[in-house]
Amino acid sequence: MSRKDRMSGNEAVAFAIRQVNPDVMPAFPITPSTEIPQMVSTYIANGEMDTEFIPVESEHSSMSAAIGSEAAGARSMTATSSCGLAFMWEELLVAASNRLPVVLTLVNRTLSGPININCDHSDGMGARDTGWIQIYAENNQEAYDNYIQAFPIAEDKRVHLPVMVCQDGFITSHAVENILVEEDEDVKEFVGEYHPEEFLLNPGKPVSVGPYAVSAYSMEAKYNQELAMEASKEVIAEVAQKFRDKFGRGFTFFEEYRTEDADYIMLIMGSAAGTAKEAVDELRDAGVKAGVLKLRVFRPFPEDEIAKALRGCKAVAIMDRCESYNGNGGPLSSEVCAALYRNEVFIKTVSYVYGLAGRDFTVDSAKKVFSQLEEAAKGVKIKQHTYVGLRTKS
Amino acid sequence: MNGKNIEIRWHGRGGQGAKTAALLLADVCFKTGAYVQGFPEYGPERMGAPITAFNRISDRQIRVHSNIYNPDLVVVVDETLLTSVDVTAGLSEDGAVIVNTDKKKEEIIPLLNGYKGGVYTVDARAISVAALGKYFPNSPMLAAAVAVSHVMEKEDFIKEMRASYEHKFAKKPEVIDGNMKALTETFAALEDQL
Amino acid sequence: MRTDISNINEQSPCEDLTEGLMIFAQGTSKDFKTGEWRTSTPVFDKDKCKQCLLCAPVCPDGCIPVTDGRRDDFDMDHCKGCGICEKACPFGAITMREGV
Repeated sequence: MSRKDRMSGNEAVAFAIRQVNPDVMPAFPITPSTEIPQMVSTYIANGEMDTEFIPVESEHSSMSAAIGSEAAGARSMTATSSCGLAFMWEELLVAASNRLPVVLTLVNRTLSGPININCDHSDGMGARDTGWIQIYAENNQEAYDNYIQAFPIAEDKRVHLPVMVCQDGFITSHAVENILVEEDEDVKEFVGEYHPEEFLLNPGKPVSVGPYAVSAYSMEAKYNQELAMEASKEVIAEVAQKFRDKFGRGFTFFEEYRTEDADYIMLIMGSAAGTAKEAVDELRDAGVKAGVLKLRVFRPFPEDEIAKALRGCKAVAIMDRCESYNGNGGPLSSEVCAALYRNEVFIKTVSYVYGLAGRDFTVDSAKKVFSQLEEAAKGVKIKQHTYVGLRTKS
Repeated sequence: MNGKNIEIRWHGRGGQGAKTAALLLADVCFKTGAYVQGFPEYGPERMGAPITAFNRISDRQIRVHSNIYNPDLVVVVDETLLTSVDVTAGLSEDGAVIVNTDKKKEEIIPLLNGYKGGVYTVDARAISVAALGKYFPNSPMLAAAVAVSHVMEKEDFIKEMRASYEHKFAKKPEVIDGNMKALTETFAALEDQL
Repeated sequence: MRTDISNINEQSPCEDLTEGLMIFAQGTSKDFKTGEWRTSTPVFDKDKCKQCLLCAPVCPDGCIPVTDGRRDDFDMDHCKGCGICEKACPFGAITMREGV
């Protein structure tokens, strides 16, 4: 049975790690995810779990060690943030292409520079094309729930891909909030034991992992990897359903908040979605038909589902907590617009950049975006790629 | 002040425990069945740098994840901040500010940029030194925040804090009574201001 | 998932490849005859050889078989003709010859 507790996002993830008790966790500390390996080490020192914790000398090594141990047959995971993820970049692609179900808990923090410790999604978004499944959380509860679901998704034989579970640095990682946690045995039962079919330390069944491949094989291998990513949609949906059946909460690819009859929808990921929902309630009270589509799963990208969910509205604000430096909006904006076009959903779209490097996103910020959507729906041309709350002379 | 839905902003300096006080308040309020949020805002991570921490306490699930700009209550853990930080910025006139100082309320009011709401002073240093022999402003300021905001009943607060200290200081039981004394002394000291 | 990888070749469709191109076998490099790459060939002079064995460990391809502390002639299926063994031999027992 669920138990009421209060925890920060980092505490919630560390608690879930203790419950899952993975075989191996190599990690290197970096703000704001440092508390996770710290708390896990404490659990291990207190005899509450028996994960093999490897203190490595860098994130390049933590992901390398996770890849090695996962290939050897051990359920493996690590935690990081920001530049730590950037330093893993090469290995992220290796984990995915070797089809290793490693789990990484990412506490989102901006990438330098300017050097800054606060939240945005530039780390996760920078790794969006590394072949990892990416799941984002609004609060500590979702960070906890998503972590538990990560293993059954990653280890499913239709998938065999690594999963990144993301939460917003400081905003959720360091905020103590109410949470429902599950019994250890229920979590263990949900996650199940890890029995890989093929692994290195398997006497009598030799296997080589990650061989060099000439061009005659590489393109086919990459295509197969893409097929696995596409197949993961079905598995993510099944696992989410199983989680809902067992624990009574959660979403599949996204949460639709008051969107059923909405004229104006804000599409957003992470902690700011809660703030946006508060704005929606206030606007609804004032007679504005506003709604929020909170994206949970960014990789694989649920393009048809998003297009279908947005089909009935007049205008959508696509909110990127990251800059792509390409003159064409953030990654969410580009991908949502492509999804709408391919599905022949021709609604107004306005792309926004918000919350970079910890810039606060308030209920008022959300309401201002919605008021621009109302203008856009009336045919007023709204500047694309607008920064929310930016100071300018004009 | 409506104790059911309340937003609190803490001003302190790195190392003084304003963040810990905010997390402790979230903790005790949680135990009374409330929805809580307690979180810090980090600027430069240095001892002595001004820091802010926040609490939202509600009888409904809390979804907003922004800082607090229009608090109902402000707690100033270090009075030297009054000259450099606009601590009453956005503070509701129906609300209150609590300042840790050995000065009288009349001496503090002119430093509050014309704030018209409730002003309370707590001499956390004197209370802490008398009760604990050392200066830990946390416990007195936490008690003051509860006394002024009515976010929970005093008796519940005392009960929960004792349980929390007994857990936290299981290996140092000698400091439990001192901390409890700091709480009750703060309530007593504020009585004539409430 | 375990498949006979000898059935896979450069014409195999993507469906027939293994997951992550895993190889379900061991010592498969033996099947790959790198001796075909050779443009010059080491010649072993048994009479000059003192069996000091300085040559065997420096061969990058393990083409100098050693049995009971004595080396035999080169494994020409895999020798790429790099000539490192010639440089390592103190007794002139190995000489590189142009051609295969």
